[in-house]
Amino acid sequence: MALVEAIILAVLAASTPLLIAATGELVTERSGVLNLGVEGMMIVGAACGFAGAWLTGSIFIGALFGIVAGMLMSLVFALMTLGLAVNQVATGLALTILGIGLSGLIGASFVGERITPAARLAIPGLTDIPLVGRVLFGEDGFVYFSIALLVGVWWFLYRTRAGLILRACGDNHVSAHALGYPVLRIRTFAVMFGGACAGLAGAYLPLAYTPFFIPGMTAGRGWIALALVVFSSWRPGRLVVGAYLFGAVTILQLHAQGWGVGIPSQFMSALPYLATIIVLVLISRARTGGSTAPAALGTVFVPDR
Amino acid sequence: MQLVLEKRAERSNTVALISPLIAIGLTIATMVILFAILGKNPLLALHAYFIAPLTDGYSLQEIAVKATPLVMIAIGLSLCYLANAWNIGAEGQFLIGAVAGSWIAVKTQGTDAGAWVLPAMLVLAAAAGALYALIPAICKVKFGASEILTSLMLVYVADLLLDYLVRGPWRDPHGFNFPTTAEFDPVATVPLLIEGGRLHLGAIISLLVVAAAAILLGRTIKGFEIRVVGAAPRAARFGGFNADQLVILTFAVSGALAGLAGIIEVAGPVGHLQPGISPGYGFTAIIVAFLGRLNPLGILIAGLFLALTFIGGEQAQIAMKIPLDVTKVFQGILLFYVLACDSLILYRFKLESSNRQVSRGAG
Repeated sequence: MALVEAIILAVLAASTPLLIAATGELVTERSGVLNLGVEGMMIVGAACGFAGAWLTGSIFIGALFGIVAGMLMSLVFALMTLGLAVNQVATGLALTILGIGLSGLIGASFVGERITPAARLAIPGLTDIPLVGRVLFGEDGFVYFSIALLVGVWWFLYRTRAGLILRACGDNHVSAHALGYPVLRIRTFAVMFGGACAGLAGAYLPLAYTPFFIPGMTAGRGWIALALVVFSSWRPGRLVVGAYLFGAVTILQLHAQGWGVGIPSQFMSALPYLATIIVLVLISRARTGGSTAPAALGTVFVPDR
Repeated sequence: MQLVLEKRAERSNTVALISPLIAIGLTIATMVILFAILGKNPLLALHAYFIAPLTDGYSLQEIAVKATPLVMIAIGLSLCYLANAWNIGAEGQFLIGAVAGSWIAVKTQGTDAGAWVLPAMLVLAAAAGALYALIPAICKVKFGASEILTSLMLVYVADLLLDYLVRGPWRDPHGFNFPTTAEFDPVATVPLLIEGGRLHLGAIISLLVVAAAAILLGRTIKGFEIRVVGAAPRAARFGGFNADQLVILTFAVSGALAGLAGIIEVAGPVGHLQPGISPGYGFTAIIVAFLGRLNPLGILIAGLFLALTFIGGEQAQIAMKIPLDVTKVFQGILLFYVLACDSLILYRFKLESSNRQVSRGAG
């Protein structure tokens, strides 16, 4: 039982950054913007998050540093793609290239340092329930927050007027503009929300997942988060399933090494990336009847005046 | 005040020519600020980056050596991007090329294999790079899977494969447990152009690639098709051009060029296969392609410029202890400015007061 418990805890921990980053990108894409810079925003969030926590000794302030860093990065992206109508694909790549450099620069002085990672929050009474107690009520705060974030986003997108307007911008920016909605402003907010989430997701890695910072520690998680949004068909409900499946694949790979499976570790490490490709192919193939992507996704919009 | 974009009646060719120069100027201005924040003398830093490498023969050769893979990869990427196919995984295709070519070098090591070894390595590397690039291309054409994400995932896979080979089956038994193959035999090595220097045959090959791309794009129907499919997909459909087929073709060509660049790097300047053979050539080549305006000659110039930043970055690190990551920041900022300035080709920027009546009255 202890092993199962340990595995579930590990899966949740591995899934959380994917879930947070993908939730943010889902909102961004629902507004019609494709931000491929998730990996860049995440990695800067990781460096700034660690720096914040190391300097202040507070995980919470570290997380805030990560969020602000991600938002600043996304603001640059918004200025380029929404303000200057630059191609979103190219700008997203630029954001990732810049992010990798910035993260190395900011994080260089913190390599080798350690912090006390985010504690698991025990809820008196509930955590002591046998079998499920520790799994359901013994996580670090980020795990709870990621679930709350996703539920909040679902509620916002499908149960509020603002959510409806945001989705309208993503499906038909010309009509939304004609109805008098400030398409570019709404998209800017959506992009910044995505940036905040990516920054937080990055900060999760050195603050809760491992207690130290190493350059390149996001290791493609930002790109996997992007793939998860496709996997979810832009629906929050399916995002949870996807993120936890990927977390499970990541943990499977780690545990297989521990169990002494006779496969070289590099092949096991390649599993999450190969799984991403397979999932993308299967999902895209299943959707030949018509895409479920927001219709205006990735297109440039310059308001007519 | 509000920034407003106004569409130009037609694309401005003057701006198209000067916009990369504006971008470089803005990047250098931004770097001056960054150097100041890092507490380094900006003028000395700029000198170390951009002037010092140009002043001695060794660094000049080194610039050409670094530009060789960048130009070769970027030429392939430019074909993809012109056809609106987003190959982001050149880094992976570069690594696979290096691995495939090295296989021959490793297997013939210490035998008296003849002069066929190097040509066979080059051909196999190009073929492997092309096949590796075909995976995302086919996933896109057949299943509609985003080629951006799949080509990128394959970078990590290639990296892990290389890591496995040099730590496992191909490790040099006399290498003190370092993850590397033995030094390649002379027949498996790219010949030098200058005795005792650094410049190698790869530089000539990349110049040939530039020339071939210029002819393809400027003088052939295929090149015309690539440009039409990218610029006006609807018109291309009416013209009977097959966009899917072009995705496959451009991906294969760019994969082959990246794979070729990979083996040339390993069998040339590096001399053996090991992790870390690429300081991100596949990604930097994306910047080279855009800075060079997706034009072969432009890419040659842009490749030399980006190579200068690599060498300058190393010199600045040695001379002024400026971290190497500054070079990556520099390259990222440069790509931003290039893209932003490109917006000037299609749009005119205007600052307008949020109250338009007032601004009209005043103007």
